[in-house]
Amino acid sequence: MTLLWGNIILLAHSALGAEFYRRILLANPAVEGLALKIQMTVNGQSREADVEPRLLLVHFLRENLGLTGTKIGCDTSQCGSCVVRMNGATVKSCTCLAAQADGAEITTIEGLSAGGELHAVQEAFWNKHGLQCGYCTAGMIMTAVELLERNPNPTPEEVRQGLEGNICRCTGYHNIVQAVLAAAEANSATSSG
Amino acid sequence: MTTRIFGSGIRRREDPRLITGGATYTDDVTLPGMVHAAILRSPHAHARITSVDTAAAGAAPGVIAVYTGADVEGALAPIPCAWIPPESDVKPVAHPAVAKDVVRYQGDAVAVVVAETRYQAEDALELIEVGYEPLPAVVNPVAAMADGAPQLHEDAPGNQAFHWVATGGDPDAAFAEADVVVSDTIVQQRLVPNAMEPRSALANWLGSMGELTIWSTSQNPHICRFLTSLITGVPEHKIRIIATEVGGGFGSKIPVYADEMIAAFCAMRLGRPVKWTETRSENFLATIHGRDHVERVEMAATRDGKITGVRSVVHAGMGAYLSTAAPGVPTILHGLMYSGPYALTGTRADIYGVFTNATPVDAYRGAGRPEATFLLERLVDLVAAELDLDPVELRRRNLIPKFDSGYDVVPGLTYDSGDYEGALDMALEHVGYAGLREEQASARERGQYVGIGVSCYCEICGLGPSQVAGAVGFGGGLWESAVVRFHPSGKVNAYVGVSPHGQGEETTFAQVVSDTLGVPVEDVDIVHGDTGNTPMGWGTYGSRTTAVGAGALFLGLNKIKDKARALAAHLLEAAEADIEYADGQFFVRGAPDQSKSIQEIALMANVAWNMPEGMEPGLEASAFYDPPNFVYPFGAHVAVVDVDPDNGHIVLRRYVAVDDCGPQINPMIVEGQVHGGVVQGAGQALWEGAVYDDNGQLLTGSMQDYALPKAHMVPDIETLSSETPSPHNPLGVKGIGETGTIASTVTIYNAVIDALKPLGVTRLEMPLTPERVWQAIHQQS
Ligand code: FES
Ligand code: FES
Repeated sequence: MTLLWGNIILLAHSALGAEFYRRILLANPAVEGLALKIQMTVNGQSREADVEPRLLLVHFLRENLGLTGTKIGCDTSQCGSCVVRMNGATVKSCTCLAAQADGAEITTIEGLSAGGELHAVQEAFWNKHGLQCGYCTAGMIMTAVELLERNPNPTPEEVRQGLEGNICRCTGYHNIVQAVLAAAEANSATSSG
Repeated sequence: MTTRIFGSGIRRREDPRLITGGATYTDDVTLPGMVHAAILRSPHAHARITSVDTAAAGAAPGVIAVYTGADVEGALAPIPCAWIPPESDVKPVAHPAVAKDVVRYQGDAVAVVVAETRYQAEDALELIEVGYEPLPAVVNPVAAMADGAPQLHEDAPGNQAFHWVATGGDPDAAFAEADVVVSDTIVQQRLVPNAMEPRSALANWLGSMGELTIWSTSQNPHICRFLTSLITGVPEHKIRIIATEVGGGFGSKIPVYADEMIAAFCAMRLGRPVKWTETRSENFLATIHGRDHVERVEMAATRDGKITGVRSVVHAGMGAYLSTAAPGVPTILHGLMYSGPYALTGTRADIYGVFTNATPVDAYRGAGRPEATFLLERLVDLVAAELDLDPVELRRRNLIPKFDSGYDVVPGLTYDSGDYEGALDMALEHVGYAGLREEQASARERGQYVGIGVSCYCEICGLGPSQVAGAVGFGGGLWESAVVRFHPSGKVNAYVGVSPHGQGEETTFAQVVSDTLGVPVEDVDIVHGDTGNTPMGWGTYGSRTTAVGAGALFLGLNKIKDKARALAAHLLEAAEADIEYADGQFFVRGAPDQSKSIQEIALMANVAWNMPEGMEPGLEASAFYDPPNFVYPFGAHVAVVDVDPDNGHIVLRRYVAVDDCGPQINPMIVEGQVHGGVVQGAGQALWEGAVYDDNGQLLTGSMQDYALPKAHMVPDIETLSSETPSPHNPLGVKGIGETGTIASTVTIYNAVIDALKPLGVTRLEMPLTPERVWQAIHQQS
């Protein structure tokens, strides 16, 4: 598990306090047989599990919870296919331990359209043909949602910069940018109207 | 008047599941009792295996089995190459699924571990001890053919995988009579396709039934089933391949790989479902690469700017083995396109396929045609520079004039239809070419370097007549088929053999059904990607899905319509000749109140209470379509770049693409294909390149080192189109999936060279990194 271990080291650098380091230490694969009890709220539902300390959040979501909408496109934290929201911030769930998300509020793509109604960003991706194979789409949409919360009226340039951590091989980004701009417009129309 | 559904940019029906996380890709599938495979890969590019010790791995927690080359030998036949161009002395060397004696590239499979969890399987990989005796390696295709180069295969002396020569017209006369000859050495660097979804396979063996099911990331599940039966020995009718949701391919999911077969082998041994999913790092090593040509090219022209001939000698790296379609790419898909959109008198392509200690190469978006377009458009610019002519003017003097049904070019192809100069005019007008040249001149006075690149292209796609496929050594047919089924309630399913994976044919094919049968588009569903419920087809690649697949669909729809008309005549008690059809209604000529909707007919056909004598019940049709010829999309592209001479940095400021793919079923989807293709081609020009060291170690083995285009690196793509129907298929459509990639690399390259002209830089190697640009500028000054 060299790669997973590499991710963990990467995380250690992102410094999140004593509790986090305790968990990082437990994440050493040499510490056999340890299971951590974790609890988090995923898409509004409380979920509990005993997990291996080194289990990545993306694997917890996909394998343990069956939330396969979140994708894995790389093993070096480049592609952004795995982006979810953790306590409101976007995180690459391949670069985050499940244990690190203990107690957190997680939203995945499946939780974005709760109640069956599409989120404005989802609607805009659909309207503007912002996806082809769809593999990058969950990560793109989750990133875009947060981007628009931070900056409700971005310029095209700001959208492009904001998507810098997400790779799409199909669309050439043109329609993804159009989609994010259209979602911004739709949002401002609803909030002003 | 209602707008016609054919030609309208409706939203895709694929999207609701994709934007909500509801789609099921291969790695998303879980079966009861499923276990996980991980593959140990060679760290060496070339080595003899002296020992493999799996004892510790076998005893590791959760491990169920460990298999080596010795276990797999005999159980899995070697992975075959399926495209053997004739008269080219192809050496289809054996490619064992798991190496037993020799590894020939970094990434060659050496062993496989199956464990309860993926983490356990990967942990155990590290416990396998393999003894290697390293052998010398060679990665450059020219070096590999030099005397004394390390040899990869006993059966391929000098590492020559094949030698293919295609001469069209009289190239030697063209060169003998030329006033001007320009030449260049072009390196089409190795590219890594990087579909965002890694490859994955989930194999399930039902021993009691002798049935093998594989969920697989394939662009062509029917080809995959055919080859899986050859490799595993499971009869073809007992194999089901499911590839309904695939996250991009760009050619990299055409081949049938060792890894998927290894998953099948494990499932059959263990009687449990086995899933294997590659990591991105594995993808860089073990999924095919593209391009890898070293080309010596030249063009002949007359003093008054008439280009006459093109010749090449190409060393095309094949990697360590011949992948499924690899030999066809630098030969048939490349060497036959040397006339491009121009009227030449002689062409010769002299192509060596070369084994190297690197990942196998195969068809990558454009496959052969980007390379052909690149060398033509590069050489045309060189001729223009030599004659001191504007590159646009030189192109105008040589473009084939507008034609709408058949034009023969010297490599032996008959183009379908074209208006090449029309596309060029449209692109130049849109970009404001004259104004840009003025801007360039004044920018130069200020020490700023603006470059304008123009290219014209015509490409071959819509593969293709099966007779031709056979003649050029393609190990399959290239027709397509469709089954159209009207249900009693008036809803329609169409089952197709093509296998889209992002291109949107669930939507565009439904538009064709709706347009032809007059049923609402919501009442139509397209079924694809599962050999268990779709008719035979050859898959989605080579921009053939719409040109060939929709051709089959259209024939099926017309069969349905004919039967419905006959039944309508019977039910309306009229002669068939008196039945007219409009918008889904059959009616008696002159008595429009006497009518039946196609849905009413479908119900009556399905209940079969009152059928005419001899007519079978049901309203269903099956059709096969083998196109009489290829299709030839074309266009003209313009790129505008700013180059900063101080740091070599290039900004792609504008990109204009005019493409003609005939009538567009859904213009929104067409534009999307162009956007993506252009950016992928831009990637080759500016950022991407697989770099090996001399020992065959891939130095660009992750997304950290291999630069893929990101949103902030590219501009909006300005798309325009003309519409010249193809006479080669019933809908008149041409392909659009690859045009962007075919044209954009050289367009951007030409723009950068144009920018650097005053600095004396005339050639650069791709990718055009700031360092290379800076070095080139400084070598001049
Ligand atoms: S899978 Fe997380 S960034 Fe690529
Ligand atoms: S839609 Fe395929 S990777 Fe973005």
